[in-house]
Amino acid sequence: MSFLEEFLDFLRERKKYWLLPIILFLVIFGGLIILAQGSAVAPFIYAIF
Amino acid sequence: MSYILGISAFYHDSAATLIHGGKIIAAAQEERFTRVKHDFSYPHNAVEFVLSYANIKLKNVDHIIFYEKPFLKFERLLETYVAFAPKGFLQFSKAMPLWLKEKLFQKKMLLDLLKTHDKDFNDEKKILFSEHHLSHAASTFYPSPFEEAIILTADGVGEWATTTVAIGRGKKLEIKKEIHFPHSLGLLYSAFTYYTGFRVNSGEYKLMGLAPYGEPKYVDQILGNLIDVKEDGSFRLDQKYFNYTTGLTMTNEKFHNLFGQKPRNSEDDKISQFHMDMAASVQKVTENIMLTLSKSLKEEYKINNLCLAGGVALNCVANGKILKEKIFKNIWIQPASGDAGGSLGAALAFWHLELEKDRENINIDSMQGSYLGPEYSQDNIENELKKLGAKFDVLNNEDLIERTAESLSNGAAIGWFQGRMEFGPRALGSRSILGDARSATMQKNLNLKVKYRESFRPFAPSVLREDLENWFDLDADSPYMTFVADINPKIKNKMTEDQEKLFGIDKLNVKRSEIPAVTHIDYSARIQTVHRDTNSKYYDLIKKFKEITNCPVIVNTSFNVRGEPIVNTPSDAFKCFMGTELDSLVIGNCYLEKNKQIQSLKKDYTNEFELD
Repeated sequence: MSFLEEFLDFLRERKKYWLLPIILFLVIFGGLIILAQGSAVAPFIYAIF
Repeated sequence: MSYILGISAFYHDSAATLIHGGKIIAAAQEERFTRVKHDFSYPHNAVEFVLSYANIKLKNVDHIIFYEKPFLKFERLLETYVAFAPKGFLQFSKAMPLWLKEKLFQKKMLLDLLKTHDKDFNDEKKILFSEHHLSHAASTFYPSPFEEAIILTADGVGEWATTTVAIGRGKKLEIKKEIHFPHSLGLLYSAFTYYTGFRVNSGEYKLMGLAPYGEPKYVDQILGNLIDVKEDGSFRLDQKYFNYTTGLTMTNEKFHNLFGQKPRNSEDDKISQFHMDMAASVQKVTENIMLTLSKSLKEEYKINNLCLAGGVALNCVANGKILKEKIFKNIWIQPASGDAGGSLGAALAFWHLELEKDRENINIDSMQGSYLGPEYSQDNIENELKKLGAKFDVLNNEDLIERTAESLSNGAAIGWFQGRMEFGPRALGSRSILGDARSATMQKNLNLKVKYRESFRPFAPSVLREDLENWFDLDADSPYMTFVADINPKIKNKMTEDQEKLFGIDKLNVKRSEIPAVTHIDYSARIQTVHRDTNSKYYDLIKKFKEITNCPVIVNTSFNVRGEPIVNTPSDAFKCFMGTELDSLVIGNCYLEKNKQIQSLKKDYTNEFELD
C-alpha cells in the first residue's frame, strides 16, 4: 500500500495526473506481457530504461 | 555524527559509499568483488565492505540514499513512449516487464536486499532517493577544494536530465539549468561508440583512444545533421538519425546512410581509417561543445572554479582542452565520475543539503587520493599467497622500492598492489601494472602480452608532481588521471618526412618522444601527477626510478586484463600475474618473480573474461 501512496504523492507533486490512465492501462497490459514472458531481463544493448 | 550509506545500482557500475559526519570513510564498486565488469546488480559485497571497514552494522547507519529517483525515470519512459507511439513498441515491450516487475518497486526491493546484511533491519523510513544529476553534482562539488564553483554534469541520461549546470557555495548546491532527454551529449558519443563497433557504456574510452589516429573529417556532417549546437553550448539532437528512444540500437538507417556505412560488426569487421575518422570527428564535436559550454558558463556566472562529473567528464581529452584554454582558474573532476560515484554524491547531498551540515576543511580535496577501497595487512597477504602456493621474498620498504625500481628500469612489467584500492575506473598506483615509459616496445608488449587488448590503446604516465612541467605541457595537479595534455616539446622526437606520411596504427611504431610508451600518436598523454601526501610508497618508487634513470615518469595501467575488473584481493592479483606475461608482482612487502613460481600454477588467462 505504501507504494501506491508514494506513487500518488509523486503524481500530485509532479502534477502529472494525466499519466494515471496510461499507468492503469500499462498495469493491465504489462501484466499480460509478464504472463507471456518467463523473466524480465534487460536487453544487452544500451538500455535507456 | 551520523552514518550515511550511498548506493548506486540496477543500471550499471553498482557501488556503495559510507560517509560519517560528512567524511568519506569507504567506497567501492561491486564489480571488483563479483569479478563481473560493470556489474549492475545490488552491491551486496560493496555494502558489506564499507560497513566492515567502519566496523559497524547496518542498524548503525542512519540514512540510506539511493542515487536516483525511479518514479521520475518511469515518468520519462512513459512520456517518451507516448510521444513516439506507436513507434517504440519493441522497446516498450522490453522495458515494461522490467519496470512493472521490479524497478517500480525499488524501495521494497532495496529494503529486502538490505535485510540480507541484517535480517532485523526493517526501517523503511531510512531509505531515501536522490536525483541522478544532483548525485553527480554533489559527488564533484563537496569533495572538491572549492568554496564556490560552477558544476557541470553530463552523461547519457539520468531521470530526465542529461546535462546540468549547478552552482555550489559552501554547503549549498543549486541546480540552475538542465538539458533533458533525448538531447544528450553522452548518448551522442555512445551512438558513435555503437556505430564504430565498440560496446556501449564501456567502449567509449576506446573510441577516445582511437580518435587521434583519425582526421575529424565528419565534423561538419555531424553539426549539420545530427546535433544543433547553440551559441551558449546547449544543444538538440535530431532524433531522425537515432534509434535509442524507441528501438534497441543506438542509430538507425538514416544515420548509416548519412555516413555511407553500416555499423561495424566487432567480430567480423576490422577497424578501418573510416572508423578512426569517425572517432576523431565525434571527439572534436564533444570537445567543442564542452568548451563552448564552459566559456558561456564562466561568462554568465563569473566564478573561477569548475567541477565536472558524469560519464562525459571521463573524457579526459575534452577535460584537458578546457584546462588548456584557461577558461577557469581551477578545475576539479570527480575521479568516479560514472554512476559508481553517484553513491558518493547521493550520501554527500543528503548530508549537506537535507541535514544542512557545513563542509569541513573546505579548501582541501577530501577524496583522499580516491584510495577508498579495501586494503590487506602484510599478514593477510602472506597467508593468502602461501595458500595459493606462491613463492615470494619479504622485503623491508627500502629494499622493496629499490628492487622494484631496478626491475622497472630493466624493462620488466610489474604488478603493483599496495594499500587501499582506488574508487573509480582508473588505477592510481594501488592496483596498477607498471612499466618503463622510456621503452619503445613497452606499449605493444603490455597491450598484447599482458593486457590482451587492442594494440592501438594508449597507456598513461605517472609522474612526480614536482617534475610535471619538465615533461608535460601541464601546470595543474592531475592526481586522478582526469586530464590529457601534450608532452613537453623538449622531449619530443621530430618525425621524419616518411614517418609523417604514415596513417593510423602504422604511426604507432614510430618512437615519438623520450617516453614513447606513454606518448600517444598525437603527442598527448593522460597524466597522473603523484603526490607524496596521498600515496607515499608509489611516490618513493617513482623517485627511486628517477634516481636510477633520470626519468620521473613510469607507465601506469590498471591491474587487469581486457574485460576483467581491476584486481581487488591478493588472490586476484596472483591469478592475473600467473595468467599473463607479467615479470614480477609486488604485493605489500612481498616480492614475487615469475621465473621462481611453480610452473604448473600458470594458466591460460586469455579466455578467462568476456571481452569488452
